[in-house]
Amino acid sequence: MFEILEKKQIVPKEYDMWVKAPRVASHVKPGQFVVVRTDEKGERIPLTVADFNREDGRIRLIFQTVGKSTYEMSKMNVGDFLADVVGPLGTPSEVKKHGTVLMIGGGVGIAALFPVLKELKKLGNKVITILGGRTSDLVIMKDECAEYSDELIITTDDGTAGIKGVVTDGMKMLVERGEHVDYAWAIGPTIMMKFAALTAKDLNIPIWVSLNPIMVDGTGMCGACRVTVNGNIKFACVDGPEFDGHDVAWSELMTRLKQYKDQEKISLEKYLTEVGEM
Amino acid sequence: MMALNIPKNKTPIAEQEPEIRNHNFKEVVLGYTLEEAITESNRCLQCLTHPCVAGCPVSIDIPGFILSLRKNDLGESIKILKSYNNLPAVCGRVCPQESQCEGKCTVGLMKDHEPVAIGKLERFVADWAASHEEIEESPQLVESETKGKVAVIGAGPSGLTVAADLAKRGYKVKIFEALHEPGGVLIYGIPEFRLPKTIVKREIRAIEELGVELEKDVVVGKTLTPEELKDEYDAIYIGTGAGTPRFMNIPGTNLNGVYSASEFLTRINLMHAYEFPKYDTPIRIGKRVVVVGAGNVAMDGSRSALRLGAEKSMIIYRRSEKEMPARIEEYHHAMEEGIEFHWLTNPIEYIGDENGNVKSVRCLKMELGEPDASGRRRPVPIEGSEFTIEADTVIEAIGQTSNKVLLSAFPELKLNKRGYIEANSETSATSVEGVYAGGDIVTGAATVILAMGAGKKSAQAIDEYLGSKKKA
Repeated sequence: MFEILEKKQIVPKEYDMWVKAPRVASHVKPGQFVVVRTDEKGERIPLTVADFNREDGRIRLIFQTVGKSTYEMSKMNVGDFLADVVGPLGTPSEVKKHGTVLMIGGGVGIAALFPVLKELKKLGNKVITILGGRTSDLVIMKDECAEYSDELIITTDDGTAGIKGVVTDGMKMLVERGEHVDYAWAIGPTIMMKFAALTAKDLNIPIWVSLNPIMVDGTGMCGACRVTVNGNIKFACVDGPEFDGHDVAWSELMTRLKQYKDQEKISLEKYLTEVGEM
Repeated sequence: MMALNIPKNKTPIAEQEPEIRNHNFKEVVLGYTLEEAITESNRCLQCLTHPCVAGCPVSIDIPGFILSLRKNDLGESIKILKSYNNLPAVCGRVCPQESQCEGKCTVGLMKDHEPVAIGKLERFVADWAASHEEIEESPQLVESETKGKVAVIGAGPSGLTVAADLAKRGYKVKIFEALHEPGGVLIYGIPEFRLPKTIVKREIRAIEELGVELEKDVVVGKTLTPEELKDEYDAIYIGTGAGTPRFMNIPGTNLNGVYSASEFLTRINLMHAYEFPKYDTPIRIGKRVVVVGAGNVAMDGSRSALRLGAEKSMIIYRRSEKEMPARIEEYHHAMEEGIEFHWLTNPIEYIGDENGNVKSVRCLKMELGEPDASGRRRPVPIEGSEFTIEADTVIEAIGQTSNKVLLSAFPELKLNKRGYIEANSETSATSVEGVYAGGDIVTGAATVILAMGAGKKSAQAIDEYLGSKKKA
């Protein structure tokens, strides 16, 4: 059992939690994730570790309510216990001194980008960060990312902050002004990562993306999370979650993410009815 | 020989009717009554050679437990069983008895005779003991001085066996399990209708009562490193299982509706997808299901699909009925339940619809050629034999390879050519001193009882190793 130590809602539908998980906290590296089960009847859901404190044995999970499990988790409070938190899982990010790195984040993916960005900064890279969202209020962790970035660019669809546009507009702007980028990371909604990868290809920038397919065990046992990368089947849970963005079969990934759409709807509606929010 | 007048056939056992059971997940075989069990025990000749014992990977005193049963001394009978086997209710249900104890049984070698139903008797005695727990003596725990600390990685059949045997010998044992429930394949792989989970949990509880400590949610190699375990424990046993599914790797493998059997069964068994939405984990089941492969896992997959409401559940296998690796009882049960078998058939492509869902399987007919490395005749495609089977769910049950999560964090550990851990077949010792390994992570996917056999030998070897280390 894993105790919730802190919890707050950061934007509508997104929550920020610190959880006691000493074994995870002492071993986790940027880019890794945990599998969480809220209770005895729960699903196993993968969540990226957004931050950690090895001394206090705690990890930070930032998540968006999308289905039953995350809704249920959002209803849990400080002092409650998650049934299971297992990890750290997956292969850590390849963080080293690259030179100039471009960190692109969108939606709740910004939380997954943050520990990688922080580590890259500590390793002496020049960090340029682009955070995108529909509107200014939905762009999370601006201040925290700014703290570890040499430059922070915001893009919003409605122009309420930064550049009016999407993250790829920010990417192009940087290159146009003559910025040389040695490596890029894009973490966010699949569609954002796809277009960031396509733009990076045009701009001749190598790019890592962090994939979020459906998982069950998260340890390579089942193959639910298989993705095609460079023509080969890879398991995102052990071979990833980060892959070379130029090699990912994006449309297949997006199709596979919809695999349980109907069941997810049934499950969420049943839950919302039970808690009286339907 | 007087005994020739024993009944030729095994005492019949009650089972759920096929047309009822293929719609539920309750256990298929209902078990003997005491009277039936004693009747069956009287078919045992108590022969002096007792070849059945040699056929058992853990050398259970089979004539002994049967004799006590015959005398209606069930307390003694379970004591005999438990002294050899920590999981008798499990083994009575899932061992391939036909190729082990029962395959060697003297009665079975007599003309027109079936062997003694050893597995069913083992199950009867174990189930009886579970419902009479007060009869079982509480185990004697060695509280004061332990002989050493042993870490066991993986709470499957082999890890549980090592842990129980070492705890009985006075060691302090801790098992680290990656999943949220202990049991390994007994929990995530074998379905409820073949092995009820309450039985697995009961047998694991008995092992915990021996003083074995269990921590779930620990993936050794990730949550803890092998180095940390080496620092804290005097010996380590690795029983992580075979653990990563193989795919046919044919076009369409990643279409929606194509599962590995590991995923399909894990969703159902570990995650209770058959009770969705009471449990949160979903599963997709189509009207027509194709399972590729013909081992026990394939049978489990195809029979589970029927129970989830598939109208037709088919098994396609590239070899013939004769080479099928499944346990004979599972095959019979599958046929009774209406599983359709397509022998000498191999898939070459999965075809999807416009939404990325699988809709059919393109296959080739095969014929058997010369024997291959496995000694079985090699299936060879027949030219121009292509045909298509409509299917909206496909389950690939074509075996596993070794899971690399622990192995890549433990580079000193020597692996064999197939990527499994190299371990001494007698002692289970690996290339690293004090580190032992057994079960599927050494042999590749095999049976529960073989994994337990490795666990038994390893417990003995670890005891000897730590004993000699102490003296030195």
